[in-house]
Amino acid sequence: MTSTALLAEGWELVVGLEVHVELSTTTKMWCGCSTAFGDEPNTNVCPVCTGQPGALPVVNDRAIEDATLLGLALNGEIEPRCWFHRKNYFYPDLAKNYQISQYDVPLVHDGHLEVEVEQADGRLVTRRVGIERLHMEEDTGKSLHVGDTGRLHGADRSLIDYNRCGIPLLEIVSDPDIRDPETAQAYLRELQAIVRATGVSDARMEEGSIRCDANVSVRRLGAPLGTRCEIKNLNSVRSLGRAIAYEARRQVTVLTDGGEIRLETRHWDEGRGVTETLRVKESVTDYRYFPDPDLVAVVSAPERIEAIRARLPELPAAARARLVAAGLSATQAVTVVAGGSLEVLDAALAAGADASRAANWLTGDVTGHVASSGVALADCGLTGAHLAELDALLTEGTLSTKLAKQVLMALLDERGARGPRQLAQEEGLEQVSDEGELTRIVAQVVADNPGTVATVRGGNDKAIGALVGQVMKATRGQADPRKTNELLRAAILD
Amino acid sequence: MTALTQLDAGTLVARLTAGEVSAREVVDAHLARIAEIDGVVADGPVWAAAPADELGAEHTHAFLAVTAEAARAHADDIDIRRAAGEPLGPLAGVPLALKDVLTLRGVPTTCGSRILEGWVPPYDATVSQHLRRADVVVLGKTNMDEVAMGSSTENSAYGPSRNPWDLDRVPGGSSGGSATAVAGLLAPLAIGTDTGGSIRQPAALTGLVGAKPTYGTVSRYGLVAFASSLDQAGPFARTVEDAARLQAVIQAHDPRDSTSVPDPVPDLTAHLRDGVQGLRIGVVTELQGEGYEPGVAAAFAAALERFERLGATVVEVSLPHAPYGLPAYYLVAPSEASSNLARFDGVRYGLRVDAPTAEQMNAATRAAGFGPEVKRRIMIGTHALSSGYFDAYYLQASKVRTLIAEDFRAAFRSADVLVSPTSPAVAFGLGTKTADPLAMYLNDVATVPASLAGIPALSLPAGLAPAPDDSDTALPVGLQIMAPLLRDDLMFRVAWAFEQDLGFVPRPTGPRAVEVGR
Repeated sequence: MTSTALLAEGWELVVGLEVHVELSTTTKMWCGCSTAFGDEPNTNVCPVCTGQPGALPVVNDRAIEDATLLGLALNGEIEPRCWFHRKNYFYPDLAKNYQISQYDVPLVHDGHLEVEVEQADGRLVTRRVGIERLHMEEDTGKSLHVGDTGRLHGADRSLIDYNRCGIPLLEIVSDPDIRDPETAQAYLRELQAIVRATGVSDARMEEGSIRCDANVSVRRLGAPLGTRCEIKNLNSVRSLGRAIAYEARRQVTVLTDGGEIRLETRHWDEGRGVTETLRVKESVTDYRYFPDPDLVAVVSAPERIEAIRARLPELPAAARARLVAAGLSATQAVTVVAGGSLEVLDAALAAGADASRAANWLTGDVTGHVASSGVALADCGLTGAHLAELDALLTEGTLSTKLAKQVLMALLDERGARGPRQLAQEEGLEQVSDEGELTRIVAQVVADNPGTVATVRGGNDKAIGALVGQVMKATRGQADPRKTNELLRAAILD
Repeated sequence: MTALTQLDAGTLVARLTAGEVSAREVVDAHLARIAEIDGVVADGPVWAAAPADELGAEHTHAFLAVTAEAARAHADDIDIRRAAGEPLGPLAGVPLALKDVLTLRGVPTTCGSRILEGWVPPYDATVSQHLRRADVVVLGKTNMDEVAMGSSTENSAYGPSRNPWDLDRVPGGSSGGSATAVAGLLAPLAIGTDTGGSIRQPAALTGLVGAKPTYGTVSRYGLVAFASSLDQAGPFARTVEDAARLQAVIQAHDPRDSTSVPDPVPDLTAHLRDGVQGLRIGVVTELQGEGYEPGVAAAFAAALERFERLGATVVEVSLPHAPYGLPAYYLVAPSEASSNLARFDGVRYGLRVDAPTAEQMNAATRAAGFGPEVKRRIMIGTHALSSGYFDAYYLQASKVRTLIAEDFRAAFRSADVLVSPTSPAVAFGLGTKTADPLAMYLNDVATVPASLAGIPALSLPAGLAPAPDDSDTALPVGLQIMAPLLRDDLMFRVAWAFEQDLGFVPRPTGPRAVEVGR
């Protein structure tokens, strides 16, 4: 582990994360345009979001409510009165050449998250990460650079799509409380889970609806904070961990060699696994923030805050605690909640499934299927009732563990077209527990394996396993293992 | 026989309603006069028309674009609906000149600048929608100082407008084109915008009534922003009643403007004729004396006597922070402008000067598209917002603004309305102040305090005074009346009483005055 290795050398890693979340409101932050993802370029635009002269912004109340809800979920304080500021800078995909954002008074401040971080030995440790602020702003358009590398430099021309311009965006800034890549990853995953639980965004990194930048520095243990570098282009939780680990090692190497860390923005190159200088922050960019005179204060009266608080759903931490109480291991609980399979699991439990077995299927086979097939859990046709039925088939002995898995995979392959019981019957996947047939096969196996039979008779009980295997082979895995065992013992030892 | 162009809006409405004249006749009369004296431009965008220096000095140049065809069609439509007995808007068939800072869907909007060349707004300003609903006939878009920055209309990229009282003088600004149109009898009504005095000062210099409504009562949606926290559209007219009626038409809450006031606005005409008997008229100590021309001071003193004769009590009030108003204004307004004008970058609309990179294209476009005064104010504003200077400039100016608003609240405890000269000077000669920005900025000294406080203020004629540079020329002097927030009704009531007693006839008399008949 990187952080452990650094610690051993007397270095400490310090990380703070800036996470941007695109809200999934149906309309934009300042106008009535649709926020739909992937539409034809420049179709969801109007005078307001393309910055036509004379057009004015009007705040989307739903966005404020959603941001407040998330702020409460992050244990934050809601500011009773806050403002929007203009952040002034020129960029072609920023229609007004200023971004409406918040500055001195954010909507939410002083929140925190407690995250479970898995240690090298598999233990889970709880770490608290402070959240300095959560503020509202607007997204920019998207530039497409044509020709050469696809990046701005050297492009023949640039095209701009303003569909994204003005989509409500939250910026969530953590305190520099993170000391290792694993905690950073756990924080981002937890944040993602909370965002999804509150329903304010689908938080898809691949679609950019949640984006993360990392501020990374290193210092000698006990020393003041070192100079930080901001890492951009982190497209997955995995990239975040890799990039931080790489950057920490790079900074330690520079400092150990007597060099200095420059305040700069660095680009994570996923393919090569390195960070590279994007731009050096020679001086702090002067955004000339000032209160936006086109907008009025956002007032959050206590009654309003409480009404929003009442909308808070069960949060991931509470869900995990509940699952552990229901019999899941802590690791399983983390995986279920973070993996987005809580809803299915809850339905399965409600339908009478065993918690641990249902969780095992979800975190194992189902997760594997989702990863390999690319079909999202929500789209793969699996319901909680299916899991409960599968569990019942297992408990009643119709299916073995192995057969249950086969049924589950078949069900996923056909996207839940048939339920487990129907599927097992129609595909002939039920266990052979017909004593007559099984007795015949057992007799045949005993006759064919006299050596092994003798060994068992000689007192080596474990050798019976080989005979069970033979029976299974003969039945294509459909023999009930318990019954097979009984019949074998009866045939050999009687 | 009085020409149709000499009639005020109220009289026109009466004649139109009585069927004595058609909307088409009224519109045609005004279009004919525009063709005769305004020296503009055929139909079509101004940027494609003759360069400014080719305009004759004998022309008023109130309009940047005349939408004659649309105006005639609109007039015909009104006549048809009137004949059919359909209900019509309150100003049905009255022509109006619209300042070229408000959008009208499909008609180029230039803001008096080259930077917007080619831009045809895809939407209507809320003000334009209200005008249409009132069946007002828009004749065209009027000239202005570039992006509303100036006090003379000389900062227009398309050449100055000329004061109908004397064509060698400025009509004031920035709404100089709108003022020129109404004073020159090219339209009975006009819409201007006022940020620090851009309606009131030109009204004063051209002998008109011009009002800046309470900030937030007229929607800014579709008003190309100069300084968002100050900009407000308002009426120009030749009578107080006309101005009140036009303001009533455009004043309404607008959900598309977050700064729009949700409170209902008092009826502007119900108590118009109630007089000033028993009202307390507050004279602002800080808005008189040094810096005001003797002729202006004399007209103002006479105005105070008139109020007393009318039964009002004149009291002296103080706005202790008013002297800081001008410097505060010239920090707040440019700061907001530096940000508001950033969108003019050549990327999406308007002028584009090609260059190898986006950044170079931005710079080249803005260098070519903006005139010197706009560039000056962008630089002032950018500096005032810069880190390290923000506290000393923008923040300090914001504090002054709060103090001035408090001064007004205190003053309105001892006076019902406040009065001052609108402008320290009468109309000055073209080119006489262009070299000295500070001298130009001083035109706003009496108008900016009300702007900073957001209160309603208007200017109306207080009589004539000799021009300081030519004692034979008599020019209009403006009287400013300021009222508490949302008391625009009281402002018009006081103005009406004064106007009726004075009996001022806005008939240009200067050596190079435009001919107005009679």
